[in-house]
Amino acid sequence: MCYSSVCMDLAERLSQDLDGNFLELVAAHQDLVYGVALRVVGRPADAEDVAQETFIKAHRALSRYPQLRVRELRLRPWLARIALNQARNAIRARRDSAELDAESTLASRAADGPVLLAERREEGRFWLSLLEAVPHRYRLAVALRHVEGLSYHELAEALDRPLGTVKSDVHRGVSLLRAAYEAELRRQPKLEAVG
Amino acid sequence: MNAMNMNQGMRQGLHGLRQPAPSGLLPRVGERLGLVEGYVELEGPIGPLFVAFGPSGILLVDRADDAGAFEEEFRVTFGRPLRRLAAAPPRVLRAVDAYVWGRAARRGPAPVDLGHLPDFERQVLIKTLEIPRGEVRPYAWVAAEIGRPRAVRAVGNALARNPIPFVIPCHRVVRSDGHIGQYGAGGPESKRAVLRAEGIDTDELERLPTAGVRFIGSDTTRIFCYPTCRNARRVTDRHRIALRSVDDARRAGHRPCKVCRPVDAPSRAA
Repeated sequence: MCYSSVCMDLAERLSQDLDGNFLELVAAHQDLVYGVALRVVGRPADAEDVAQETFIKAHRALSRYPQLRVRELRLRPWLARIALNQARNAIRARRDSAELDAESTLASRAADGPVLLAERREEGRFWLSLLEAVPHRYRLAVALRHVEGLSYHELAEALDRPLGTVKSDVHRGVSLLRAAYEAELRRQPKLEAVG
Repeated sequence: MNAMNMNQGMRQGLHGLRQPAPSGLLPRVGERLGLVEGYVELEGPIGPLFVAFGPSGILLVDRADDAGAFEEEFRVTFGRPLRRLAAAPPRVLRAVDAYVWGRAARRGPAPVDLGHLPDFERQVLIKTLEIPRGEVRPYAWVAAEIGRPRAVRAVGNALARNPIPFVIPCHRVVRSDGHIGQYGAGGPESKRAVLRAEGIDTDELERLPTAGVRFIGSDTTRIFCYPTCRNARRVTDRHRIALRSVDDARRAGHRPCKVCRPVDAPSRAA
């Protein structure tokens, strides 16, 4: 939940002057929205489209909600939830047009990303491949909790699941990830330096 | 729980997957929602218009003759450059539809940003927004409505400098004596053309006061109005009474219409 005074204040200001404060909302939460989108759709160009649509949707919703509802909104989980829905729609549309499946491999995902130092890219690819091996249900929960940094409360709200379910999904996902990580370490001991 | 479950390496590894949003995201969202400054060309009642807008509403409107001159006018007025945008954001289209064309309902506060103007000018322009399409009011009416009944000439000056013509309908403010009055966006001929495009018979409008007719009353309701008020236009010929002044009307037993709130021009002014 967004308990910080900055966030509370922003929701309050949005309820009074949506257009005057909306770009501040975008600036404050664009990394989260983009990150959530990226976790689901994989490719940066698609994630940017999803993030754009998320904010357009959010603006439309805020312009229709009653003032009281806007003021009480917990912006981070609310935006994360819209981003998740948009991203799932994008995946569905992509699947329907059935053009990109072959491309959406891990290698192309990592290669599409911004230019990182070779080492970091190597490390990122390593973690991404470990994460990809975790079953979908747990993977998203782990990524939103430990990559994007949502709290459990925010996660429960964003995923529309009970708090206990979300906690156990993250927990289970982390266990699986850890097992894969340790197996990788045993296979290639020099990775210790990477991890 | 995580302390048991995740070691430092995993924590850092996962955290390292986080990527910042691309730098183009914010400006593109702003542009699509019309929350950044820019201008577009849109159709207007007597030819195309340039419409400049920012996050708080429309800032400047002019007839679309010379893009360079329009950009320069903006720069001089606001002290910053203005970018031309390929497409108008929906909120600007909605605003122009509602306020210039009367095709959509007006919702919420007026989509204009008059923050840079002095109080008096802002009051004049906000009041002018209330004049419905297809109707006109004298300068003296605007002056009376904002509580400055003798400031008729100052109202005229403020309207002549209206930065947002067509959206703020300064063309619907005319002189009490029948002259159509000055018009910032192209002179009296343009003013007539805009009014005609809104369905007003400008010949009739200019003829009535010269014939001494300032108000129209009804002998059934005993209410008097400005001639273009929607309530005056409903009065059938048989019951129409021409009136020269508020006194004249009161002597005939009429009360002023609560919609158009007619007033006399102060003796000195237009």
